[in-house]
Amino acid sequence: MLLFLIRRLLLAIPALFGLMVLTFVLVRVVPADPAATLAGETASRQQIEEIRKKYGFDRPLYEQFGIYVGQVVSGDLGNSVFSNRPVAADVRRTLPATIELIFSALLLATLLGIPLGTLAAVRHNGVLDHTVRIATVGGLAVASFWFAIMLQLLFSMELEWLPLRGRIGVNIGAPANVTGFFLIDSLLAGRWDQFVSSLRHIALPAITLAVPALATIARFARAGVLDTLQRDFVQYETAVGYPHRRIVWIYVLRNSVIAAVTQIGLLFGALVSSAVAVEAIFDWPGLGSYAVQAILASDYKAVLAVTLVVGVIYALINILVDLVHGLLDPRVAEQL
Amino acid sequence: MSEPLLKVSNLAVSIRGDEGVARVLDRVDLEIPRGRIVGVVGESGCGKSTLIKAILGVLPPRAEIEAGEILFEGRDLAHASPQVLAREVRGSAIGFIPQDPLLALNPVFRVGTQMLETMRWHAPPQWKGRHRERLVELLGAVQVPDPEKALDRYPHEFSGGQRQRLLIAAALSCQPRLLIADEPTTALDVTTQQQVLKLLRDLVAEFGLSMLFVTHDFGVVAQLCDDVSVIYAGQTVEAAPTRRLIDEAAHPYARMLLACHPDRATELGGIPGSVPSPYVPPTGCRFHPRCPIAVAECTSRRPDLQRPSGDHSIACPRHHLTLPEAAA
Repeated sequence: MLLFLIRRLLLAIPALFGLMVLTFVLVRVVPADPAATLAGETASRQQIEEIRKKYGFDRPLYEQFGIYVGQVVSGDLGNSVFSNRPVAADVRRTLPATIELIFSALLLATLLGIPLGTLAAVRHNGVLDHTVRIATVGGLAVASFWFAIMLQLLFSMELEWLPLRGRIGVNIGAPANVTGFFLIDSLLAGRWDQFVSSLRHIALPAITLAVPALATIARFARAGVLDTLQRDFVQYETAVGYPHRRIVWIYVLRNSVIAAVTQIGLLFGALVSSAVAVEAIFDWPGLGSYAVQAILASDYKAVLAVTLVVGVIYALINILVDLVHGLLDPRVAEQL
Repeated sequence: MSEPLLKVSNLAVSIRGDEGVARVLDRVDLEIPRGRIVGVVGESGCGKSTLIKAILGVLPPRAEIEAGEILFEGRDLAHASPQVLAREVRGSAIGFIPQDPLLALNPVFRVGTQMLETMRWHAPPQWKGRHRERLVELLGAVQVPDPEKALDRYPHEFSGGQRQRLLIAAALSCQPRLLIADEPTTALDVTTQQQVLKLLRDLVAEFGLSMLFVTHDFGVVAQLCDDVSVIYAGQTVEAAPTRRLIDEAAHPYARMLLACHPDRATELGGIPGSVPSPYVPPTGCRFHPRCPIAVAECTSRRPDLQRPSGDHSIACPRHHLTLPEAAA
C-alpha cells in the first residue's frame, strides 16, 4: 500500500513536468508581450525594454523555464506580474472555495445519482427507468451557464429564496479560517448563522455543477447495476434466501459502484473546468474566478500557477480513485 | 411407505422467449423420500436447472408454471406466494449448493459476511448471537482448514475445492431438511470431486437430510445416489433405485445414455442427434426422433409413466424391446 502510494506519487512527477512545459510554452507563444502589458499603455519603448530585462523576458525561453521550474520546486509560485503579490497566497485564498464548491456538487451528484441509477436498473424498462434515461440526457445536454442563469432568475430574483451571488452574507462575515471551507469552519466555530448563510450561498452554484455530474453518475450506476444483476452470484444469493432489497442495495451495488468511482474521479477534472464559468456567474471567490481575472490581465504567472495547482489536484484525485478501488475490491487491494 | 419429503408431479414450465414460448419442462415427476439422495440425470439443456429453479421459486420472470405441483412437506411450492418461498423455504427449509462456487460467491465480500447473510434471515431465533460460532463449527465439519480465519477471507483466496466446501457449509447453516445440489462437482478436478462427493454423502447421513443431486454424469450418480431419475427434453423418462436403473435400464434413452458411459462404451458412439429445441419440441414422446425403436404411435401420444414394480417407473410402452446392436 505504502509502496503503491510512493510509486504513484513518483509517477505523477513526470506528468506534472510535462504539464509545466506545455503551459509555459503555450502562455509564452501567445502574441501578447508580457513586458508591454506590464509596462502599461503609456510606456515608452525604453521603459518596456527595461521591464523586459528586469523580469528576464529577454533571456532564451528554456532559460526562463529553468528558472521557473527552480522556483516552483522550492515552493515559490512567483509574484503576480500585476499586483506584485505572491501568487501562492492568492491560490491559498481562492482554492478552498473552489474545492468546497466542487466537493459539494460531487457529493450531491453521488448521493442522488447512485440511488437513481440503481432504481432505474432494478425497474429496467419501467417508467422510472425511461424517465431517468431521458432526464439524464437532458442533464448532460444543458449548458451550465444557461442553467445557472435560469436558477438565479427563478430562485433568487423571482422567488427570492436564495442569494444571487457570493459565498456568505456580507453582514455575517466569513468564519474563522481553519480548513478554508466555510461549511466546516462555521460549524467548528459553532456559528449556526454562518453555516446557514454558507449553505444558502453554495446551493445554486453547487446544483448547477451537480446536474451534469449527476446525469453521468446515474447513467454509470444504472449500467453497472444492470450488468451486475446478470452475474451468477445474484442467482445464488436469491437461491440461498438473501432478501431481494439487500441483494440489490448491498451486494450488487458494491460491485457496481466500482466503475462509478472511476467516473467520479474523471468528473472531478470536468467539474474544475465548468467551475470556471459557474464561479464567474455566481461571483464565487474561487480559483476559477481568479483564473478568469488572471487570463484577462495576461497575468501569466498566475495562469501558470492555477494550471499547475489544478494538475496537482487532478493527479492526487487519480491516486485517490485507485485507493478507493482497493477499498471496494479486495482483488484490487492485493495489487496495491 | 411414508409420504416423501418432496414430490413433484406432472410439472410443466414454459418460458416466453424472443423466438416464442419454450416448453422447457413438459412433464416432470420426481420423488425424494426422507433420508435419501436422489439423482436427476440428463444431457445439458434437458431442463435440469429449470427444475431446480421451479422448486426454489426462482424461475425467471418470463417463466410460468403451467401445470403440476411441487409438494414439499405437504405444501405446494408451485403455487406458494413469493413471500412464503422467500421467508420459509429458500435458505431455511431448502439449502442450495451451486454448480460453480467461484461464480456463485460475491467477489467483493468476505465469505463470512456472505454466509452470515443467509443465517441472519433464516437461522432459528434461538441461535441469535451465535451465528458465527455455528459457521466455524460447520466449516470444521466440511474440513475447511482454520475456520475462524477463513470467514474473514475473500472468495478468490480459496481453491476451487475449498470454495465448494464453503458453499456446502453455507447450504447447511440453517438446518435445512432438503439439500439441492446443481452439478456441484463439475467445476472441480477429479480428486477434489471424489472428496466432495464423499463429504456430501457423510453430511447427508450425519444430519439426516435428503438431497436432490442434479448431474449429467452417471458415474457420480452411481457413487452417491440412492435413487435416480432420468429426464429428457423436459420429460421424466425413467426413475428407479440407482442399482436397478444401472442394471436394468429400460427406457431407450436411459439405456443409450448409460451406454455412453466410458466404463461401458465398447466404442465411441454417443446418441445420434441432439436435444431438441424447447421452442419446437417433438410431439408425443420427445425422444422419438433419436429413438431406434420408435414407431408411428410414439410421434402422436405422450407415453405415460408405467410402473412395472413399485419403485421403478418407465415412460415407454416399448421398453421391453431390445435395441439394435448399433445403438446399444
